[in-house]
Amino acid sequence: MRLLTHNMLSSNIRGVVNGFPLGIEAEKVVEREVELSAEFLRGVFPKIEWGALVAGARALGHPDLLPGEADASMLASDDFLRRFHRALLQLHVEEGALVCPETGRRFPINKGIPNMLLHEDEV
Amino acid sequence: MPRPELQAPPEIFYNESEARKYTTSSRMIEIQAKISERALELLALPNDGIPRLLLDIGCGSGLSGETLSEHGHHWIGYDISQSMLDVALEREAEGDLLLADMGQGLGLRPGVIDGAISISAVQWLCYADKSSHEPRMRLKAFFGSLYRCLARGARAVLQLYAENMDQSEMIMTYAMRAGFAGGVVVDWPHSSKARKAYLVLTCGPPSVQTSLPKGKGENGELCSDDDESDGEESQTVGIFERNRPRKKFRVNKKGKGREWVLKKKEQMRRKGHAVPPDTKYTARKRKAHF
Ligand SMILES: C[S@@+](CC[C@H](N)C(=O)[O-])C[C@H]1O[C@@H](n2cnc3c(N)ncnc32)[C@H](O)[C@@H]1O
Repeated sequence: MRLLTHNMLSSNIRGVVNGFPLGIEAEKVVEREVELSAEFLRGVFPKIEWGALVAGARALGHPDLLPGEADASMLASDDFLRRFHRALLQLHVEEGALVCPETGRRFPINKGIPNMLLHEDEV
Repeated sequence: MPRPELQAPPEIFYNESEARKYTTSSRMIEIQAKISERALELLALPNDGIPRLLLDIGCGSGLSGETLSEHGHHWIGYDISQSMLDVALEREAEGDLLLADMGQGLGLRPGVIDGAISISAVQWLCYADKSSHEPRMRLKAFFGSLYRCLARGARAVLQLYAENMDQSEMIMTYAMRAGFAGGVVVDWPHSSKARKAYLVLTCGPPSVQTSLPKGKGENGELCSDDDESDGEESQTVGIFERNRPRKKFRVNKKGKGREWVLKKKEQMRRKGHAVPPDTKYTARKRKAHF
């Protein structure tokens, strides 16, 4: 799971009002190179919750990768695009868990795949 | 062979040996690739070469996702079968994978997704595999969450095998209730094997853009042998005509009549509604009250 997906995903448990962002417990993080598309990054930027991305990068062991705040004007900078790209698309949580911010329920991540299946009493 | 949906729940049916077929059977691989290409075409993304963020619902072995990746898009795949997702890992699928049940809702933030495809998966929601399963609630959760997560104007293209008319109507009803506009595109309607139905849904108010494209072979032209042979043996294709005339019941001045009521009640029962038993009081005439 990459931070792109983490940034879109929220806790789906019945009764949870604010399920975003999910906490990340990262036990194993890997990096895989992906071709950078400035156009994709510009298109997706307005949809990104920046605070959650910064917190995500920190949880994955990269506290200094991203600036604390960002606005669209920064998309003109190559350095910014590279950092944004790396955080969003290159870092993967292989083992660990996502944690519902409201209930503390853990969704384990195995082989890079979060198990988001809810128990019957959570639907 | 009965339909897969009648044999076992998806997480059981798509076990290791079934999942294996998605790496070993060249026919299976070709079918997935063809249907996903068509689904992507029907998504009608702007032709500007910009990569988008898409969903693949029931992404399974990642074959359909591969088509999305080949076109440069990023995608998030949902599947309920660990065995299928294991195959996706083997194939080094480029999208992010989630082990999840679409019937529980997608759990995505509103308006963030540029489009969604689903290949032969959504009909699974029509079957109650556990005592806690209520197909209608699951369809509602699925379509509701799908509608919410899509950006305004974005599309979802769901290729599916409905077992019968009732099922396709039920699926359509819940899609429309969630707010979608759209309809069904049928490719090769005259071929029992090659026939494929795509639910093409648009998020947001109906507009010119929501008008449906034509199905392939709709005007009776024949599909190539190639297309003809790509029906999935294990799937029975349900009747799913777009413009199929509905049977009409005569409505006379006295009302719709007992026959009509009995038929309707039977239909509702088949769809799983609680319907009172038929008795001699059913649809009897009532005296005028003041
Ligand atoms: C015909 S396969 C699709 C294969 C996939 N497109 C591929 O490329 O391998 C249908 C898939 O839908 C999945 N599925 C069925 N019901 C589901 C549900 N409720 N939630 C998520 N996935 C489901 C099955 O596990 C299966 O992998």
